[in-house]
Amino acid sequence: MMTSTIIWTIVIIAVLGLVLAIVLYLVAEKFKVDEDPRIDEVEKVMPGANCGGCGFAGCRAFAEAAVKAPNLDNNFCPVGGNAVMQKVASILGYEVAEKAPMVAVVRCNGTCANRPKINEYGGMKSCKVKAALYAGDTACAFGCLGCGDCVAACQFGALSMDETTALPVVDESKCVACGACVKACPKGIIELRNKGPRSMRVYVSCVNKDKGPVARKACKAACIGCGLCAKNCPHDAITVEGNVAYIDFTKCKLCRKCVAVCPTGAIHDVNFPKPVDRTPKPAPKPAAAPAAKPAVAQVPVEKPAAAPAPAKPEAEVKPAEPQVKE
Amino acid sequence: MRRTFSIGGVHPADSKISRGCAIEVLPTPPTVYISVSQHIGAPAKPIVAVGDKVKTGQPVAEPGGFVSAYIHSSVSGTVKSIGPRKDLAGNWQTCIEIAVEGDEWAEGIDTSDTLITEFTDDNKVIMDKIRLGGVVGLGGATFPTHVKLSPPPGKKCEMLIINGCECEPYLTSDFRTLLEKGEQVAVGVAIIKQVLGVDKATIAIEDNKPEAISHMEEVLAGLRQKSPKFEGISVMSLMKKYPEGGEKQLIDAVMHRQVPSGALPIDAGAVVQNVATALAVYDAVQKNKPIIDNSVTVTGDCVAAENQHNFLVRVGTPLSYIIDKAGGIPEGAVKVISGGPMMGKAIANLDAATLKGTSALLFLTAEQTERKPETNCIRCGKCAQACPMGLEPFLLQKYARLDNAGALEENAVQDCIECGCCLYSCPAYIPLLDIIRQGKVKVMGIMRARAAAAKAAAEAAKAEKK
Amino acid sequence: MNRLLVSPNPHIHAPVSTKSLMRDVVIALMPAVIVSVLFYGLGEIVVLATSVISCVLLEYLITRYLLKKPSTIGDWSAAVTGILLALNLPSSTPWWIVFLGALFAIAVAKMTFGGLGQNLFNPAIAGRVFLLVSFPAAMTNWQIPGGLFGVDAASGATPLGLINEGIMSGASIQDIMAENGFSYGQMLLANVGGSVGEISALALLAGFVYLLVRKVIRPHITLSIWATVALTSLIFWLADPSRFTDPVFNLLSGGMILGSCFMATDYVTSPMSVKGGIVFGIGIGFITMMIRYFGSYPEGMSFAILIMNSTVPLINRWFHQKKYGRK
Repeated sequence: MMTSTIIWTIVIIAVLGLVLAIVLYLVAEKFKVDEDPRIDEVEKVMPGANCGGCGFAGCRAFAEAAVKAPNLDNNFCPVGGNAVMQKVASILGYEVAEKAPMVAVVRCNGTCANRPKINEYGGMKSCKVKAALYAGDTACAFGCLGCGDCVAACQFGALSMDETTALPVVDESKCVACGACVKACPKGIIELRNKGPRSMRVYVSCVNKDKGPVARKACKAACIGCGLCAKNCPHDAITVEGNVAYIDFTKCKLCRKCVAVCPTGAIHDVNFPKPVDRTPKPAPKPAAAPAAKPAVAQVPVEKPAAAPAPAKPEAEVKPAEPQVKE
Repeated sequence: MRRTFSIGGVHPADSKISRGCAIEVLPTPPTVYISVSQHIGAPAKPIVAVGDKVKTGQPVAEPGGFVSAYIHSSVSGTVKSIGPRKDLAGNWQTCIEIAVEGDEWAEGIDTSDTLITEFTDDNKVIMDKIRLGGVVGLGGATFPTHVKLSPPPGKKCEMLIINGCECEPYLTSDFRTLLEKGEQVAVGVAIIKQVLGVDKATIAIEDNKPEAISHMEEVLAGLRQKSPKFEGISVMSLMKKYPEGGEKQLIDAVMHRQVPSGALPIDAGAVVQNVATALAVYDAVQKNKPIIDNSVTVTGDCVAAENQHNFLVRVGTPLSYIIDKAGGIPEGAVKVISGGPMMGKAIANLDAATLKGTSALLFLTAEQTERKPETNCIRCGKCAQACPMGLEPFLLQKYARLDNAGALEENAVQDCIECGCCLYSCPAYIPLLDIIRQGKVKVMGIMRARAAAAKAAAEAAKAEKK
Repeated sequence: MNRLLVSPNPHIHAPVSTKSLMRDVVIALMPAVIVSVLFYGLGEIVVLATSVISCVLLEYLITRYLLKKPSTIGDWSAAVTGILLALNLPSSTPWWIVFLGALFAIAVAKMTFGGLGQNLFNPAIAGRVFLLVSFPAAMTNWQIPGGLFGVDAASGATPLGLINEGIMSGASIQDIMAENGFSYGQMLLANVGGSVGEISALALLAGFVYLLVRKVIRPHITLSIWATVALTSLIFWLADPSRFTDPVFNLLSGGMILGSCFMATDYVTSPMSVKGGIVFGIGIGFITMMIRYFGSYPEGMSFAILIMNSTVPLINRWFHQKKYGRK
């Protein structure tokens, strides 16, 4: 009695298993999707961050698109960079051009000291919500709102809010230039720029389109659209449009003439071994120039306590800190 | 059974502190700043130049499109500048700055207080007067009235609803208007009724304003004896519930009908106009007087009794001027709101000037307006219970945070009227409306793009056929 | 005033918070707590105190030291779980069993899911069922309150337990009821053996009415449970009165009132929409009656609620409230 029960159980389960296995096999055969095996190969060499920085939904989507594409001109993985793209190219037998590495740059220098608050924001801590509600809690309607949507958007931990300046700080060593922060910022402050040789680069750290006096009143470090930088640029890299200057990084040769002449210190140069010469020249706007001069750009070497920056030249230097001291 | 709308709604404390304050005329400020975008739709185009002398009631800007409105000088004086000025949210708006010199009115405007109940103009003339008078909906949306009064062909209006609910706490300007200018409002209603060609008009008033209800009933009874044009206008008492004054909710409450999603009130056979709009129509048609002033409630729990006011304010008066006349910013106030506490806008810039649609300046204390820190959703469903559109805010906020536009549209985020009931009733203080509004903006953008694409495709198909 | 405060609308808030809602639930449970202390005396105080203190303490320790987040005990939800758990246990339960129940309720049923609002199952019921299957003896050793302050309390089974046993041995319900001297009046007023929360329907109903008046909960879930229980038992009872208990008995006995008024209506683990809530209630009522009539456990409320808890995500997906202007 007992043995037969056991035997029957075993038999039934074995038969059931066999039948189901056959069914599964048939179904798998019927619904088999033929896929290019190279998709798997490409996906394997991808960083697997699924950040969407390439413009596709994830690494798999990128791999599918890359396999389908006739060349790799429109497919670039910013996270993996040239190394990964070389591997992808060798799998697919394509040529790939080297791309200069990029980095996210926060183009606002509206620190608490430069840009006083004129009201208190009490809503949800989100730049998107705040931007939809009103112009912001400072007189500058273009600058950083400080709620950290970019920090939340960064999957690589490359962004953090600086408590003293209330501005986001990019950690260059972690930034992969996926562009998530650029999309997250409702004010369009963050831009992907050329990382530059030894991470040296020059950029206008302001996007304020207000007229000079208004912008200046709202923020001490605002670009007032005076055009001095454009006039002094020997490489024709700077354009002034809508009261704000922009440096084209493909043309900029890092001569830093613009940094020296900017009356408000809106043009930043980062990671240069030596600070730019800022001895007052016969500036066309003497009223504004002397007041703003010390605020501009790098930390003077004789004030080592002010910031750790001179000791570590590769760290991005924030010009705000010495200004707080004044 | 008290009549009200059928879905959702909340019951914030009434707080109509200034209900006893009669409307006072605020002295004209030394300078007014008249914005060219005081209505929904295209901004108006200035038609005066710097240095021009203008008179009170003279047009200073003309409509910049079909959905747009005339704007008039609210004072007499000299145009000082035309250029950008920060509005109450700190954003730039083109404003016409006029330095006040005396108070000389433009010709043809009847400035007397005499009540004119007879109106003999035909509809076309009336519509022209409304359009030229720059009349816009004063219930909050500031939609140009002449557009609203021309229903698209084939649609028939069955009932005109005059919104006298004033369901927002604190506000009393419509209430005072009903009490003090009931006759004028009634004539305005009769005019709108004639223009629309409807038999029935209902003045809907919430039952927390019994004086207004009985006063309007008396006024209408008196007018009916004078002219048959006032037949068919009735007063309806509605149960106090926010947001009763919302167009869709009001139609539901009065007619027991719902406006289909994405459709206009006229699709449910209704046109809704505010009490203040009816008064503006009266002024424009009977007195040739455009909108140059409106009543503004100045109130708040922290405002002293003698500083509670219902002011008649010239359009373009700086807010700071009104606040000064009302005794300055009261002790303890941290927030100044233009409008009511549920849907009003917090003011970031007190130098901004009033618009046609400014209904109140409300002062709130830190305690009243505090938002406690957000905690976990406890899935109590109070937001869904409160939503007058029957939406599920807890679900919408989840999808909005995930940026899932498809799920948002499926759950009808585009129907949200941004009344604030969800956030008002959330025990976990989740900023529901803040988040949902972002999702709504996104979905509306997608829907518009889709509609535009469909239109383009249809036109392309049409062109191909030819 | 220095700077204006600017935020999106609405600018005012209803005078409710998670804390105030939970506090209302605690207040609503007070009549039942007082009655149970009066009837069971010291043992009950020990069970209540152990349960509440362990729930609150465990939540504090877990949030602060395990999750390293701000503590959430300020919202009173742990206290509510503690009281509900205690009301579900016999007053003779040793303190360490109560503690284990609290541990399961808070640590497993609540915090592993992500804390308040995230849990799939009602923590108090999960804790009770955990104890019921782990310590069946201790959990069915009910005290029968003989009078005030538990002076002549004796241990025994609950009416449901006695009937279940009786029917197993072939006796008819009328005999069992008569033999043990149960009457509906007793059951309404607290005079039968049972878990603390089972003994006084009246005290629990008073709390339920308080919650309704304060608009903390809506009645649809509770009413649909009662209606289903009444209807199901009516059908069976009419079919065979000697084998199946009648509707009034079923509505008053066991954890029916406590479960339907306080546990099934738990915000987190019940459906959001009214329609969904009614389906949820019908499910609970029906499953409870099936367990009572055909299961080996005398009481089915806890299991029914747990089973229906697991269907809530699905119910929420299927049942929505009516939207304005949409079909």
